[in-house]
Order: sequence, then C-alpha cells, then structure tokens
Amino acid sequence: MHPSAAEPAIATVRGHTTARTGARWPDATFRWFALLAALTIAALIALVGWELYHGSRLAIARFGLRFLASSTWDPVADQFGAWPFIFGTLVSSLIALLIAVPLGVATALFLTEIAPIKIRQPIIMTIEMLAAVPSVIFGLWGIFVLIPWLRDHLFKWLQELLGFLPLFRGPIYGVSMLAGGIIVAIMILPIVTSVSREILRSVPDLQREAAYALGATHWEVIRIAVLSYARRGVYGAAVLGLGRALGETMAVTMVIGNRPEISASLFAPGYTLASVIANEFTEATTDLYFSSLFELGLVLVAVTMLVNILAQLMLRTLAGGASGKVN
Amino acid sequence: MMPLPAMPLPSPAHQAWRRFKNKAMSVVMLACALAVIAPLFLVLYYLIREGASSLDWSFFTQLPKPTGEIGGGMANAIVGTLVLLAMASVIGVPVGVMGGIYLAEYGSDRVNYWIRFSADVLNGVPSIVWGMVVYALLVAPFKTFSAYAGGVALGLMMIPLIMRTTEEVLVLVPQGYREAGLALGIARWRIIVVIVVKTALKGIITGILVALARVAGETAPLLFTALGNNFWVHSLNAPISAVPLQIFAYATSAYEDWHRQAWAGALVLMALILAINLSVRVLSRGRKFE
Amino acid sequence: MAEQTSSIPMTSLQAALPATTKAAAASRPTPAEEVAFDIRGFNLWYGPRQALYDVTIQIPAHKVTAIIGPSGCGKSTCLRALNRMHELTPGTRLTGSLRLFGQDLYSAEIDPTHVRRRVGMVFQKSNPFPTMSIAENVLAGLRLNGVRDRAILNQRLEESLRMAALWDEVKDILGRPGIGLSGGQQQRLCIARALAVQPEVLLMDEPCSALDPLATAKIEELINTLRTSFTVVIVTHNMQQAARVSDRTAFFYLGKLIEYDETRTIFMNPANPQTEAYVSGRFG
Repeated sequence: MHPSAAEPAIATVRGHTTARTGARWPDATFRWFALLAALTIAALIALVGWELYHGSRLAIARFGLRFLASSTWDPVADQFGAWPFIFGTLVSSLIALLIAVPLGVATALFLTEIAPIKIRQPIIMTIEMLAAVPSVIFGLWGIFVLIPWLRDHLFKWLQELLGFLPLFRGPIYGVSMLAGGIIVAIMILPIVTSVSREILRSVPDLQREAAYALGATHWEVIRIAVLSYARRGVYGAAVLGLGRALGETMAVTMVIGNRPEISASLFAPGYTLASVIANEFTEATTDLYFSSLFELGLVLVAVTMLVNILAQLMLRTLAGGASGKVN
Repeated sequence: MMPLPAMPLPSPAHQAWRRFKNKAMSVVMLACALAVIAPLFLVLYYLIREGASSLDWSFFTQLPKPTGEIGGGMANAIVGTLVLLAMASVIGVPVGVMGGIYLAEYGSDRVNYWIRFSADVLNGVPSIVWGMVVYALLVAPFKTFSAYAGGVALGLMMIPLIMRTTEEVLVLVPQGYREAGLALGIARWRIIVVIVVKTALKGIITGILVALARVAGETAPLLFTALGNNFWVHSLNAPISAVPLQIFAYATSAYEDWHRQAWAGALVLMALILAINLSVRVLSRGRKFE
Repeated sequence: MAEQTSSIPMTSLQAALPATTKAAAASRPTPAEEVAFDIRGFNLWYGPRQALYDVTIQIPAHKVTAIIGPSGCGKSTCLRALNRMHELTPGTRLTGSLRLFGQDLYSAEIDPTHVRRRVGMVFQKSNPFPTMSIAENVLAGLRLNGVRDRAILNQRLEESLRMAALWDEVKDILGRPGIGLSGGQQQRLCIARALAVQPEVLLMDEPCSALDPLATAKIEELINTLRTSFTVVIVTHNMQQAARVSDRTAFFYLGKLIEYDETRTIFMNPANPQTEAYVSGRFG
C-alpha cells in the first residue's frame, strides 16, 4: 500500500516532463515539514522524559530509592515518600481489573457469540458512548450518586456478609479505595470490551466447527474453541485496561478519599499517584515538595509506559494486530 | 479390524446438566452486557435530572458569583473551553495531519513502525503528566498560568491521536490516484495535497473531531496550566476558565448551589461531546471515495 | 462389463478401482445391507438462494460413500446437513427428512449436539485445538461427554490414534501441542479426535485437499480400514481418490443428485451423460 515504491519513478517522470528546475524544492520542503511533524512524536517523548527527570532531580538526590518505599508524606517537615500512592494506584487499578475484565470479556462474548445481529450495533454504540464520557463527569456522578449508594447500601451489605475478612472491616465513609476501583472499572470497560471483541472475532470459525462437530453445546464451544484460542489476546486486553486504569485521575480523585493511608480495608480512603499530583501540585510550597511531586509523576509515567508497551507487544503478536486504539 | 467396545453413553442427567450450563452461561453473558451498558444510562439520567433544570439563560450568560452566593453561570467557562479547543487545534491539527501525511506517503516501514509505536505510547501517557510537563515548559519560566499553556497542553495531546487517524485514512486512498497524478507529471506535494488529502478529507476531519471530543473533557492537563478563572479573560497570557475545571471545582466544594451548577455544566459538556460524536457518525456514513 | 466407447482416460481410473467387486452387481443397498442414512427430499436454502434440490439418497452402513461434483454443486452443503452443521450458518432452511439407522435426526426431541456426537466430521483444513496437547485433543470430545475414568480415557486415546494410523508416530509425544505436528499428522489427529467419541458415521469434507500426496495416501489407507467399525461419507473433488477409496459414489451437479451407484459403474459405465462428461474430465 505504500506509495514510496513509486519514488524512483518520480525522478524519471520529473526529468522527462518538467524541465522547470524550480519544481524540485517545493516537494523537498513539503516532505521536510511532514518529516518534522512526524518527528515531533519523538520530540514529545523526549520532552516528557526530560521534564519529569529534570523536575525530580532534587527529590531523587535527597531521598534516593528510599522514596519508593517510604510512607511518610509530610509537607510541613519536608519529608516525602511515594509508597502510599504506589500502593493506592496499584490496589485501585487491581480492583478495577478484577471487575472490568470478567465483565468486559463476558460482554464481548455476548456480542460476538450470542447476541442477535440487530441488537449488536446498539450495544456497541452504547459502549462507545460510555468511552466518550469525560473523567470529571464520572467523578461528579461518583460523588453524588455512587458514593451515597455505596455507603448506604452496597458497603453495608458487604460488611454484613463478609465482615469477617479484613478487607471489609473498618468504618464506612463511602469515599474509599473500593469506590475508586469501581469507578475506574466503569471507565476501562469500553476499551477492555472492544479489544476483547476484536480478539474473539479473530478466532477462526473452523475452530468453532471442530468443537461443534464433537457434539459440544454452544457454551462448550465458547469454552474450548474460542476462549482458549483467544487467551493470550484477552490477557493483552486486560493489560491494556490496566494501562488505562493507572492513569485515571479526576474521577478517582473525587471518590477515593485522598488520604495517604495504607490499610487492609477496602472501605478505607486511599490516594493514588495521579490524585496526589492533581490535588497538591498548585499548593506545593517548597522546591523539595515540588520535586517530590515530579518524582511521583516520573514513577507514574514509567509504570504506565511499561504496562502500555507490554500490552502493545502482547496484542501486536496476534494476527490482524488489534491495535487497541479505541477512544 | 475389530469393532470398538461401546463407549459409556453420557447419562441423561449429565446431558441435562450440560444443557443447563449452556443456558445459564447465556444468561450470565447477557447480564454482564446489561451491567456494562447500565452506567451510561445512569450517568445520563442523573445529568439530565440534576442539570437540566439549571440550564437557564443566566447559566449561559453570567459569570460565577462570589463564593457562597446563589446564582451566576458558567459563561466564561464555556467561552474558555472554546478558546482552549481552538488553540489546541492550532497546534494539534497541522502537526498531526502533516505527521500523518509523512507516515502514509513518505515514510519507510521501519521508521513508521517506531513512530506509530511511540504515538501509541504517548497516547497512554496520563493526562495529568501532560499538565506537569507543560507547566514546567510554559508556566514556571513565565511565572504565570495562561490560556497558552492550557491550549498547548491539550494540543500536544491531540497530536498523536490525529497523526494516527490521518495516517489510517490516507493509506486507504487507492494507489491508482497517486499514480494517475504522477503519470500526468504533477509535483508530488501537489498530488498529496490536492488529490490524496482531498479524497480522504472526510476521514481526516472525523479524526480531528474525535480528538477534539476527547480533549474537550480533559481536566487534569488544565489544572496547572490554565488553572481556572472566575472572570472574563482579557489576555491569553492569564489563567482561563474551562467547563471541566469549573465542574471539578464546584463538585468538590461545600456549596449546594455550586453542586447544582456542576451538574448543569456537566450536562452542557456532555452535550457538546455527544454533538461532536454525532457529527462524526453522520460524516462517516457517507462514502469516502468517489 | 460393457465396452467403453467414451474418451475417459481409463487406465488411471481402472487402476484406482479396488480389485474386489463382490458387491458390484447391486446398484442400491440390497435388503441384506443396512441403510445408515435415509435421506429423502432434501431442499436447502441459504437465505433466498437454494443450494439443494430434492436430494434423495440412501447411504449404506459400513461402506465408504463418495460425493463428487464440480465446485458449488452442493456436495459440502449436503454433507453438512447430515450432522446438522448447516444450522450454524444463520438464515439456512432445510426441508426433507433424514434418518440415521431409522431414527429421525431432525425431530423436535433430538438435540443437535446428540446428532453431532453420533455423526462425526473431519474438515478440509485440519483444525486441532492449538492450546491442547495431542492427547487432550483426542480426548476433547470424551471429556465433554463426562467421561472421567482414566482407564477408559487412556484406552480410548490409544484406540483412536491407532485407528487414525497415528499412534506409532505420536505415542511418545502425547503431551506435545497438537499444532506441532505436520499437516498430514494434524489431519489424522483430527480423525482420531472424531473417532474417539465413537460416532456411527464419519463425515469427511475434502480431508486431503490441503495435503501432499504422501499424507493423502496415508489417509486413504486408513479410510479403507474404517469400514468395519464406521460408515464413511467422503466429499472429494479428486475423482481418482473417489475411485480409490469408495464403494459407492454420488455425483452432484448444481444442487441436484444426478447419479448414484456403485463406484465402478459411475466411473466406467455412467448412465447419465452429465456424469460421463464430468468423470471424463470434460468439465468441472
């Protein structure tokens, strides 16, 4: 599909039909501009990397690797540590995955295997619309609709049923790690579902027929021929969802409680890397405070980039290359 | 060869169990699908329920009232969003489209692979980080929050998005068009601009609209670039308000009236985004190529 | 045998025909022969397009029946109707009746999954389950049906692989992934997998079309041995293959059954001019 194969032809064509010598430089300039534009991608990556590194230098020099393990976050004493935020980010993202991946894969299966053709499109469109809802609106809805419901119903109910587990003990405020996980789950559902759908659609019909020919029921066909075949792709979709979950900022900030605590209870408030940056960046008073926030940003970007690269690698090795670029 | 001894036939109980599992899993999958689409309806319902009643003339024309006072509107935030989107487009559209042109028309396979890969990686950078980066670039050195910084932050986010969508659409333009142009002796750049881009224009515009819809709702990158403002701006070199910023500030405040306005603002924002998405859908329905 | 006056290249076909002609005299199953499939009046539509026109045919048990014809003649369609696989394509409609050893396979009480257990299928392109080992592939159908007893599973594993002429080649590597085998071995693995659930009939849809001559020969050999335990119906576009392996042959054209007879007769002395034209290579 590449027109670059036509390139050698250009020189000959131009030499033959246009004797004008001026004809060469507009082409060269145009191409040069286009190249520059494309290279801004590389420049942007370098920019992000540089600014984050430059901004964190002070904190890195002061705290070293202890920063990642320390739980102290004391702006007054100028002592900072990233662990509560790393913990919060990981836990809320994990909760989000545990909710969104099974739901998303099941929905993708529903769409590819079971749903009559007529209702497929409306459901797909609805999921796409869900993807278009901005994080801050989810946060708004989270504060005034989700949190009260969680506090007054679901959490109470969970504590009644499962309160013997440390996960579900402790006071219920509503704003909590679990609320953060739930809202992030809602936000990553569209991408997990859509990438899973692409993966499942790429399973060859011949595999399904092999299972049917053995006398399998529809669900058994899905289990044996579709899900096993698509296993790796589904993992890739999950990792992609994780990448998204790690970076969610606004909605999480509005429902997670924003307290740098480490607790075994899912009902306790938490704090994520993105949230603390969002909340405290404009209030940072000292250079070290600032630099520590930059270092948190550096950690966040490093982890997110690694996860996203992993997801790209996992998904690209599949036939057809589900690129996971759903909005 | 001897006929095989008979295989133990599956018991009717087992068969019934298999049939039951089959039906049960179908129900489970349906339930999951419903669970996945439910949040959208819940959000839309509450947006309309809580926000629609506040959408009066004053909401669209007035400035926010001082803290604690009832009333006022989001006029400046709405204008601010439009201003920021315009500035973001000034950066994002030319760079994104030209970059996409390079990838589709000029690049080699290896270079393109890395650029595409990097663009996908950039798309995964959390939006708050863009805010930090542009802060360090444009706010700290000039010692002021500004609309410029906000516009740049959003614009930089648009670049990888638009580059990818442009490339995808350009690659679909049949080779024959380019070859026809070459055979006529038209200059390469002319062929691209006048023939190829024009043919793919609908798709390119669609890609731009999608990117706009995406950044219109972004709050995090604006938190420390545009910052927010309760008054009209007279200079782009000063903090500017935007609807998502206002929603965030109001929602996390302690005042009920501000909560009400947050819902209204959210409804307006959602309507804007849905409108853009709808026009994308309408545009995509027509044929792309003649 | 009647003198041949047509221009059929007889040497290759004659060489292909099996030596024994004991049942050659009969042109339909004698009362002594059991009927496996009793098909009456099959009409099949893919949406608005009709693919089978009033097909009536009786397929004998413990014999190999070949279905031949040019592309698009409906042979695969007819085959897939025999184990209700056509129902997987939305919009297909079938009228007519199908009885397997006397039992109506399309009656309302019958679950299609039961039909497919009794009537197994091997496909044009081998399709072992890639995430399963050789052993797991063979036993997949058994496990589905709830067979748990290790002894039975192991016994069935060996029996099926022997019947598919694959045991000696894989008996030491049963734990390796099924897709690690060569094309011909994979197809034999699929045959073993189909045989493991002990179907009464084995349907084969152009099983050798993707294989080289050596692998093809191995499979044809094993088809010959399957007669004692199974009924085989094989669709093939390769006339020599039909002549080599089958007892009876059915010639389809444009969705209709044109002629159905002993294989020898179809190839050496066809009654219908269209049949003769096809087997002599004048079209198709």
